[in-house]
Amino acid sequence: MKHVKTINGSTLKDSLKKGGCGECQTSCQSACKTSCTVANQSCEKN
Amino acid sequence: MIHKFSLFGTNIVMDVNSGAVHIFDDVAYEVLEHYENNSHERIVELLSPKYSSEEIDEAIKEINSLKAEGMLYSEDVYEETIALWDQKPVVKALCLHICHDCNLRCKYCFASTGDFGGQRTMMSAEVGKKAIDFIIRESGSRRNLEVDLFGGEPLMNFEVVKEIVDYAKSREKEFNKNFRFTLTTNAILLNEDIKNYLNENMQNVVLSIDGRREVNDKMRYRVDGTGCYDDIMPKIKDMAQSRGQDNYYVRGTFTRENLDFSEDVLHLADQGFKQISVEPVVAAKDIGYDLREEDLPVLYEEYEKLAYELVKRKKEGKGFNFFHFMIDLSQGPCIAKRLRGCGSGHEYVAVTPEGDIYPCHQFVGNTEFKMGNVMEGKLNTDIQEHFKGSNVYTKEECSKCWAKFYCSGGCAANSYQFNSDINIPYKVGCELEKKRVECALWIKSQGF
Repeated sequence: MKHVKTINGSTLKDSLKKGGCGECQTSCQSACKTSCTVANQSCEKN
Repeated sequence: MIHKFSLFGTNIVMDVNSGAVHIFDDVAYEVLEHYENNSHERIVELLSPKYSSEEIDEAIKEINSLKAEGMLYSEDVYEETIALWDQKPVVKALCLHICHDCNLRCKYCFASTGDFGGQRTMMSAEVGKKAIDFIIRESGSRRNLEVDLFGGEPLMNFEVVKEIVDYAKSREKEFNKNFRFTLTTNAILLNEDIKNYLNENMQNVVLSIDGRREVNDKMRYRVDGTGCYDDIMPKIKDMAQSRGQDNYYVRGTFTRENLDFSEDVLHLADQGFKQISVEPVVAAKDIGYDLREEDLPVLYEEYEKLAYELVKRKKEGKGFNFFHFMIDLSQGPCIAKRLRGCGSGHEYVAVTPEGDIYPCHQFVGNTEFKMGNVMEGKLNTDIQEHFKGSNVYTKEECSKCWAKFYCSGGCAANSYQFNSDINIPYKVGCELEKKRVECALWIKSQGF
């Protein structure tokens, strides 16, 4: 494409297929104890 | 739903429901402005004084093609999938309050300077071991279990920390569990022996320091009122270095008294730290150092400044990680996790020195939320179901928000503290989170 550069595809929708195992880290356990950010966690299956 | 914004001359467009992120040039970005409400011909007409009709035409076709591929204006198909993951609740993470006491008296402490509004008490090894039995029992088939050794200040009860860790490890094989430990400390009591122990046993260490000396010492001081910066900085540096500048965080809090907090983050980076988390304080309204809606424009600028400096330093090979700018676009959490967030009150609970169970460390002391006691081993499943039932679709504000799959509905404790309802998010927190996500996406757009 000439006018649009895609830096990430449909990863959320793709995660429907493999998601929900619950083995990943709990988001509050790392370094945020008063605010919530979930998107910076990693998937345990990767 | 899409979200679009421009930062430092880069136009970023996010397709909220698919997770796709795009960089648009100026013509495509302007086309998008008119795309939903106008015909192809009308868009050409509207923009042709500024751009050639050929360029406008190309941009429209590219947007059409992204839409057809499900990477723009895609539908939200997740609400109905919640039921698929709606299995029996499991508890897989604990915040163990090893000690309701502290050797500091930080002004902003949500734990009321360590005692959580109660007595200054220490967890016994017996209670700690019961808590480990509790998580093993309540975690069902989940293998990876997390335990955060928290306080007050957990190093004031270090022998019990060791007993609990040894006990948990001794149970791993029999129950097919893998414990991951984090210890959160103010570093006052760190010494060579403790450092070595933590490096051998903790997957993560969170080291509390707010940034510049004057900022830190104004908030983080001892019982006699003296600041702790000079004491802790060398110990924290040594700890971070001994872990190879990985698997730790230096963690600070910013308040209304240091709205220029980007300077504190950069101060920590200048000291050589590579893993940095500095977060907004959550404090009672009008207490003085609480962040207010009127502070938002300044805070937005600070986040932008920080994002810009972070990219500059990465380009120079002097980068660092800022926790709230870290977004793993391609291999981040699955949608199941993003709908429900941190799991407080159902997957994640806090245990007090007396063994009382609460939805998370921030609810401790609010007896309305007491879920049981590890010595008795029973859990109030009404509270657990209430928290489990809360997701981005049960929160009206969140269901309309473009950032819902990044913050996952925000912090239940913040919501409750400000709105007496875990389903009504805390506005200042939301606005800051949205700015952080935008900055994080811009950093990605720069190749980092």
